[in-house]
Amino acid sequence: MNGVHDMGGMDGFGKVEPEPNEPTFHAAWEARVMAMMRAMGAAGAWNIDMSRASRENLPPDVYLASSYYRRWALGMEQMLLEKGLVDSDELAAGRALRPGKPLKSKLTPEMIERVLTRGSFARPAPAPARFKVGARVRAKNMHPPTHTRLPRYVRGRVGVVELIHGCHVFPDSAALGEGDNPQWLYTVRFDASELWGADADPTVKVSIDAFEPYLEPA
Amino acid sequence: MDHEHDGHEHHEHGRGLPPHPTREDDDVALTYGEARYLALKSLLIEKGLVTADEIRRRLEINERGNPQQGARMVARAWVDPAFKARMLADAKEAAKELGLEVTEAKLVAMENTPACHNLIVCTLCSCYPRSLLGEPPAWYVSKAYRSRAVREPRKVLREFGLDIPETVEVRVHDSNADLRYIVLPMRPAGTEGLSEEELAALVTRDCLVGAAVPRSPNA
Repeated sequence: MNGVHDMGGMDGFGKVEPEPNEPTFHAAWEARVMAMMRAMGAAGAWNIDMSRASRENLPPDVYLASSYYRRWALGMEQMLLEKGLVDSDELAAGRALRPGKPLKSKLTPEMIERVLTRGSFARPAPAPARFKVGARVRAKNMHPPTHTRLPRYVRGRVGVVELIHGCHVFPDSAALGEGDNPQWLYTVRFDASELWGADADPTVKVSIDAFEPYLEPA
Repeated sequence: MDHEHDGHEHHEHGRGLPPHPTREDDDVALTYGEARYLALKSLLIEKGLVTADEIRRRLEINERGNPQQGARMVARAWVDPAFKARMLADAKEAAKELGLEVTEAKLVAMENTPACHNLIVCTLCSCYPRSLLGEPPAWYVSKAYRSRAVREPRKVLREFGLDIPETVEVRVHDSNADLRYIVLPMRPAGTEGLSEEELAALVTRDCLVGAAVPRSPNA
């Protein structure tokens, strides 16, 4: 979806402000929100793509005005509602008003070990890779209303295939609960001028990881 | 992490009483985030979706990653060319040689050279090699960094105090799929006599993202 989360190239957010000796978390609850999110993900309540989509689907004003960890908390609440794991009156009350629906899988220590990311997302290839290293490719001018990992700033732009990473779970499908739908994954390199116009710094190159359905021959 | 305060979560507080604060300073007033966390946690536990033990266990695992682990890999690559070649071929496998477990699908090391400086960003969210380096710094997940790194990286780097010469290409990699990236910086001049441990101490977290470069202690 064309959401405010797709921030590459936007103006107006000010300077980057590195903080000397920055702590990992600025408040204990931040670490705990991450821990809850991961525990629930490991138990199979949702996958990483659904989790990303939940934050992208926050209303734009809420997304922009919320801190990083607050977005995680809000996204988690959204998923709990969508999956029917809690009801909105329970969220408002902060306690259970009716018995819970157990998750399909029992949470084991091994599952808790798993982080938010996929430990392995490689899948057997359904077909040979369409593009070779060195091929000129165009990022499609596509605007799916649902989750995608193709940033807006590369759409319609021509780059070069630099690496082929094998065949992997396709986030656009997995976010919708439509299964792995494995796709080839490439690193594609763009000149800054192709992305940002004639005034761009000629000494800058930008690369992304692009799934095959995002690309067409150029 | 304040395990002592985790301990507080063992006992339940009666309804109607203010929930126990989660901050280290035991402040009575709850921030928005604390209140929201406590409400959500108790709700999930009551619903049987998660247990306090599972959350605690995840908290411990969250703490395993830290930048020193990435620094160890870099220092080893500087002193052992064969290890460096293996790290560039498959950084996740190379990490195992140092007893480090990367739980993300794949870890890619991008090598800085006299001709190319690498910078990592995730414009869509906050992809970062967390199992190796821990949680990303606030600047990495900030809207300013996510929006600007792909468009004006040299300007962003100057805000970190890093001026990359115009003769050096700046390569920004947007980490937008399930691969995770670390930068393998160049070994600074004047570090010939240093041990592997001393070398690792020169490699800060920001060096591993490309927002800084290691400096010789004598420079």
